[in-house]
Formats: sequence, C-alpha cells, structure tokens
Amino acid sequence: MALGIKDRLVGRPVPRKEGRAKVTGAALYVDDLSPQGLLHGVTVRSRVPRGRIKEIVFEPGIPWDEFIVVTARDIPGENAVALILLDQPYLADGLINHPEEPILLLAHEDRHLLEEARRAVRVETEPLPAVFTIEESLARKEIVWGEDNVFKSFLVEKGDVDAARAREGVIVVEGEYRTGAQEQLYIEPNGCLATADPDAGVIVEGSMQCPYYVHKALVKLFGLPPEKVRVIQTETGGGFGGKEEYPSMIAGHAALLAWKSGRPVKMAYDRAEDMAATTKRHPSRTRHRTAVTPDGKLLAMEIDFDIDGGAYATLSSVVLSRGTIHSAGPYNCPNVRVRSRAVATNAPPHGAFRGFGAPQSIFALERHLDRVARAVGLAPEELRRRNFIRRGDTTATGQVIRESVEMEALLERAFELSDYHAKRERFARENQSNIVKRGIGFATFMHGAGFTGSGEKFLQSVVGCEATAEGRVRVLAASTEIGQGTNTIFAQIAADALGLDYEEVEVVRPDTADVPDSGPTVASRTCMIVGKLVETSALGIRQILEGGGFLRDGYTAEEFRRACREHAETIGPLRVFTRYEQPADVNWDDQLYRGDAYSAFAWAAYVAEVSVDTLTYEARVEDFVAVQEVGRVIHPVLAAGQIEGGVAQGVGWALYERVAWREGRMANAQMTNYIIPTSADMPPVRVHFVENPFPGAPAGAKGIGELPMDGPAPAVVSALEQATGVAFDHVPVMPEEIMEAMERSRQ
Amino acid sequence: MKLPEPVNKIPVTCSVNGREVTFDAYPMARLLDVLREGLRLTGTKEGCGEGECGACSVLLDGELVNSCLVPVAQAEGARIRTIEGVADGERLHAVQRAFVECGGAQCGICTPGMVLAAVRLLEENPRPTEADIREALAGNLCRCTGYVRIFESVVRACQKE
Repeated sequence: MALGIKDRLVGRPVPRKEGRAKVTGAALYVDDLSPQGLLHGVTVRSRVPRGRIKEIVFEPGIPWDEFIVVTARDIPGENAVALILLDQPYLADGLINHPEEPILLLAHEDRHLLEEARRAVRVETEPLPAVFTIEESLARKEIVWGEDNVFKSFLVEKGDVDAARAREGVIVVEGEYRTGAQEQLYIEPNGCLATADPDAGVIVEGSMQCPYYVHKALVKLFGLPPEKVRVIQTETGGGFGGKEEYPSMIAGHAALLAWKSGRPVKMAYDRAEDMAATTKRHPSRTRHRTAVTPDGKLLAMEIDFDIDGGAYATLSSVVLSRGTIHSAGPYNCPNVRVRSRAVATNAPPHGAFRGFGAPQSIFALERHLDRVARAVGLAPEELRRRNFIRRGDTTATGQVIRESVEMEALLERAFELSDYHAKRERFARENQSNIVKRGIGFATFMHGAGFTGSGEKFLQSVVGCEATAEGRVRVLAASTEIGQGTNTIFAQIAADALGLDYEEVEVVRPDTADVPDSGPTVASRTCMIVGKLVETSALGIRQILEGGGFLRDGYTAEEFRRACREHAETIGPLRVFTRYEQPADVNWDDQLYRGDAYSAFAWAAYVAEVSVDTLTYEARVEDFVAVQEVGRVIHPVLAAGQIEGGVAQGVGWALYERVAWREGRMANAQMTNYIIPTSADMPPVRVHFVENPFPGAPAGAKGIGELPMDGPAPAVVSALEQATGVAFDHVPVMPEEIMEAMERSRQ
Repeated sequence: MKLPEPVNKIPVTCSVNGREVTFDAYPMARLLDVLREGLRLTGTKEGCGEGECGACSVLLDGELVNSCLVPVAQAEGARIRTIEGVADGERLHAVQRAFVECGGAQCGICTPGMVLAAVRLLEENPRPTEADIREALAGNLCRCTGYVRIFESVVRACQKE
C-alpha cells in the first residue's frame, strides 16, 4: 500500500458506477445509436477456404446504383489490419485464405434490401488446396503462410532435460492432450459506427476493448495523421478477448463505407456472422514427456505445445508466448524444455480469449500430472504436494519466485470447502452400483498478470487524473469497462488516493481525443498495472495542491473543492499524467526467453464435482470450489463475479462448447447448437480468496480476470475420470464421447 | 428490376409501458425491431435473433416472450412491458436495485431481459426456491456472471418486497 493512502473504499462493495444505467436499459450500446442519415453496412465474404478471386458478379434484380460498394481498390491507405504483422488484408485482393474472408463491402439505408444484395454478389473463385489441422499444417501438406506455415516458435530451456531423463531408475511418462476452439460469445455481437470525410478525418464509435488498437489500425488503413482519427468506446456488452483485435477489422470496414458515402455507417454483426467470422480460442495440441523419480519428484519436463492460429498471424505469437510460459505450471522442476509453435490453417484467425493460451497448456499439464501420479502410484494431490513451487524456487523461464507462495495451503482449503476426501471415497464406493456416477477432481495452477516479459516496458502506458475547477476528479484512461468493473475500481482507487468520496470521481469514457494510451484492456492488467498508474496520478493531484499551498493535510471534501477552484483561477487546469515504469528488479531476455516473465502471479486450486447419468450420458457439474490468492481484493463482489463468470466459461469449454468445423468454417454458428451454460446448468460456485497483498500494485491487488479460465476444464475432466473410469485427454468432452469411451472400457 | 411487392403495412395499436401507441408496421416485422427502431426503446437488446439468448425479452400480456420471435401483428391490443417500464420513474424496482447491489449486472447486455424474467418470476411467485429461480431464468443467457450473483439478486429482491 502506498504511503499516505487511507483505504476507505478499496475492499468495499461500492455500487457499480454504471449499474443504474444498465439495469434500466438506459446504457447505450453501439447498436442503440442511429444518427441522421445512417446507412447500414454488410460484408460479402468468401465461401471457399483458399483460392483465387477470378471475378465478382453483381447479379441482376438489385438496384445496385443505390448501394455504396467498397472493394480493396477503394482503400486510401494500406490494405492491412495493423497489429503485430501486416499480413491480414481488410479486403481480399486476389487471394482468399479462409472461408469467411471479407471481399467486398456494401452499404444501404434499408437493412432488408441490403441482405438481399449481399446474397446477390457472386464471387467466382479458383479453389486452391487448403490445410485445416495442426498436423496438416506442420506436415506442410500445403504451404499456406510464409515459408513453412509457422507464425512463431519458442524454445524455453532450463537445466538439462536429456541428461536428467537418462538417469538410472527414473520413470518416464508420456501423454498427448488436445483442446478445442471456443467462441467468446459475448452477448452483444461486434459492431462499430463510423463517420468519415477527407477534411474532418475518421471517427469510429463501437464495442471494443482496445480503442488505441483500433486507432493504430485506422491510421494505417486511411494513411491519415493520428490526430485525424478518433475512436470512442460505446458501452460494451462483454469482450473476453473477442473484442481485443477484431474491432480493428469491423471499424475499418464501417469507416471505408463512411469514407466513400460521406454518411454515417453502422456495421453490427448478427450472431451467425459474429460466431462464424470473428476470432475464437486457439485449438491446441500438447505433448508431454516427463521424467519423475519413483517417489514422485519431477526431474525433467519436455513439452511440445502447438496451437492453430488460423489464416493470419494476428495475436497468435503472443497467445503462444503465454501458453508456453504457463505450460510447466506452478511446479518446481529443475530441467524443463518447452518447444512451441503457432501454425497457419485456412480457418478464420483465432485470437484472444480470456486466459490467452494458458488454459490450453494448463489443461494439458494438469491432466498429464494425474497420469504421472498414477504411474508412480501416488494420489494426484500427493504428487502435486511434492512438487509445488515455493518462494526461492525458479519457474521454467528461470524466474525466481520472490513472493511467498502457499499452493499447498490453497489446495488444502479447497479440499476442506469441497469435502474432497470424503466425497472421493464415497463416490468410489457408490459408483459401483449407482446409475448416476459421480466424481470429484481438482486442478492447481497460476496465472501471470500483465503483459509478458518486456511487454509492459514497451507499452509505456499512460494514465491521467484531472481535478476540475468545480473540484470533480476525472480519471483519464483508455482502459475500457467491458463488464469487469474498470469504472468502479478506478474510482475506488482514485477516491482513496485523494481521500474523497466514491461519487466525486468520474471515470471518463475512453475516447482517443480525451484519454491517453493506457495500453489495451487485456492480460489481467487493468487493475494491477493501469490501476497503479491511476493511484499515482491521483496522488500527484494531491501533491500539487498540497505543495502549492492550496491544501493542507487532513483536508475535507469542501476544502478540496476550494483548493481546486483556487488552483484553476491562479494557475490553470490541473492534470497529472503518469507513465508506467518497469520495476528495476524485473528482467527479461526476449532472445533466450528467460527471466521474469510476469511481475506477479495469481495462484489457485479449484475443485469440481460432476455427475454422469449412464442412461443419457449427460455430464453435469454439481459443485465447484475456487480458492485463489490474487493479492488484495479491491472489490469483493466484482472479484467474486470475475471468478464465477470465468468458471462458467471454463465449464462450458470442458463439457458443452464444441465448434463443429467443416473445411475451416464453423458449421454450428448459432446459439441453438453451440451451447453455453444456462442458469439451469451452472453449479453453485463457492469462491474463496486468500489475501496476500502484493507490494507493486494499488492496495496490493494482482490481476484476476483470466485466472478462473485456467482451472475448471482440468478439474472437471479429472472429476469425469473418477465418475467414468476414463481418463479423457481433451476438451470439450461431449456426451457421445463419454458413451463410446465407457462402452469401450466395459468390453 | 423491382423486388417482389411487399405486403402492406398494417396499423397496430397496443399499450407499451402503460401508454397506448398506434403505428404502422409490416405484420411480420419483429416486435424487437418495432420497439427499438420505431419506438426508440433501445433497452430491449438483440443477442441472437433466434430465441435462444433472451436478451430481447419483454412481457407481453404478462408473459415473458422473446421479442425477436414475435411478429408485431400479434401485439395488436396487447399490453407490452419493456425494461424502460420497470422502474417507477426515478425509483428503481426492487429487482433492479438488487441487481446493482449484488453484482447481478456486469456488461449489462443481458440485464434488461434478465431483470424482466426476474420481475415476471416474482410477480407469479414471490417466494421462489433456488430451483424456481434457475428454471425461470434458464431462457436468459449471461456470459459474464456464471449466474451466481444473479440468483443472489433475485433472492435479495424477494427479501425487499
């Protein structure tokens, strides 16, 4: 906790800032905006996974002269979505690389006529051979990206894996694990509203997580100076990563139509288009080869982690990085080798989704450790206990853990709350006769907060705090409120720093014309990294007022208002901006991929209880316990809400959410047959925080948002193993797979 | 060429949030679009357009319906209540207050439909069990909360009523 801050609001469940607007229906989302002269925009997409465009035919029967039509040739700047690489076009110009590739844009004021028109554009293509799986891509069945289909690869080396494995008496356990794609399924689909003209520039409002990503992309697309592009976040109906990079695409499309028409253009995807065309969680395949002593000490871990990135590079390299670093988990192993690759296939690009690669590699590791435990004849929890990482140990990247880590205590707490041991014993007995089989399982894991390695140093995030002449405090940050509570926690942090009431702090809506670039709203960084900058900026306001003699220590709210007025009258506007500086003791080597991968980790142990009805093979999660250490909890209700919501998404990924692929296209792009948990499916989720304030963050809080995505899938599948007797090594596990596996094991 | 001649619009009269309104609409227009675009009641949201998610829930003669599946012709003479008609002026309904206090709303996009589903439940059953709540809300999908705090909000609202 920073000096001189009295905690009055931090730790308390103050009402959500925009809560009233949300429960009354007054909150305005992008599709609620309808300015004068509005046109609607749609995208004509490819229908082949890979090919060459031969001709675009506008079928008769549509009054084409009423339509605004945009093709790649209308792009004023560069036809590339600026992110990490520039490989993805806004509109295909000759070559098609996935079956939802945007080719042409249409706008019209009549949405219904527009839909008719979309269907009346025929794209004649010459098909090219395509690849659809990690295996086909790695085998270079066709080269569909770069020289070898590989977007990015990493090698992490610690100790000497080969020598350790060659030692006498060691037991080597191998396994292969897979995870499926997952749709973010925010309930508000992606959408943007654009206005544009050559004099004023481009203005986009929309549903998004990262206004400055969109800003950067539009500057490139239009070849405009940065000040001629303005991006404003509208109320955003969920993101979970699905509105991290994709909004740059849809914003660009809406803006191109606005640029050509001179009228405002709204592009709001319907559910089917959103599910089919936008990003999903990367499918993965992980291979483990682990050397362990007969008494269960991990000696060497060799991990091959591969993810399917889809057709373009987008964020795959960064997703791969996080998955790679988390692949060895919260365990102390002297020798580790991780080789990882993100590969290209002819599917729409996969992208950010809560957890960002870590849920995939953690699923594999936790399932594998259950297998290792079996191989050495230990209970799964005993194997973990003998290997948990502790203060002073090093992670796979050689990061020395400097904080106290009590994984064993977290696991014990989770066992107590779930009555794990008694249930495990009881289910084993009762499953012999019951038709509905039960199981209980767990997972232990960690999640790094903030950008990986040197990421935060390069971002150089900035946050401002302003005190108006009326004595109102305004937080100026690009971090978006997407449901997780940014507005609320920033107001708590700033109000505490200034000793003011919660109501006196306003968190300004992210608008690139008003707020500095605080970095993207991703990577569980908003509270820990950006929140700290909010705190420092707010303290800066106080120091200026006190240092200038406007304010004395122990001031009242009234005195603060008077000081702000006097400062405004005598000196001028009062704004303090703070730029992120990486702590000196954080060191990372991007070449060797060694060092301090994250400035802090959150730690957790989750327990799931499941039932499997052996008449219908329906699997349900009956109970769930989530115990975690996330530093200090800033807002108990919001924090628990993050965990519960993450658990629900993890349960969905484990048991319900299967993307059916047909040649690179999602065949079940509907809520009717892509199933997420409903209120009738969710178990009680019992959330328990162990508080251990982290000195580098506002009031000691570490990142929290992604952590709860990591644990549920391995815990649920471990519980399924007890219920069914089958050690599943993939997610999602669907009822028909349970049926087949159980019937097979009975034979 | 001309598109096939559309059916003619028909006049529709119904009560929306206690006010009688009359408008012209195509008989098969979705009630959702008429509310959002015609009457500018944008609190009713479109989440899926196929009756799965419940974001567009409204009360039609007291029944919870997905307004994306209701042709406006069916609204003739009906009493419709949308999220804009739940609070009593500035005074929030007990369900709305509970959603704010208990963390029942996160991103807020499912919230209008969810609040209406909860209001409908409590009107019919002022002391629901947890199973009743789960059942009553099962047609309204939320991706943020895992429903835990939504159940709590409904329980809190009962205690207040």
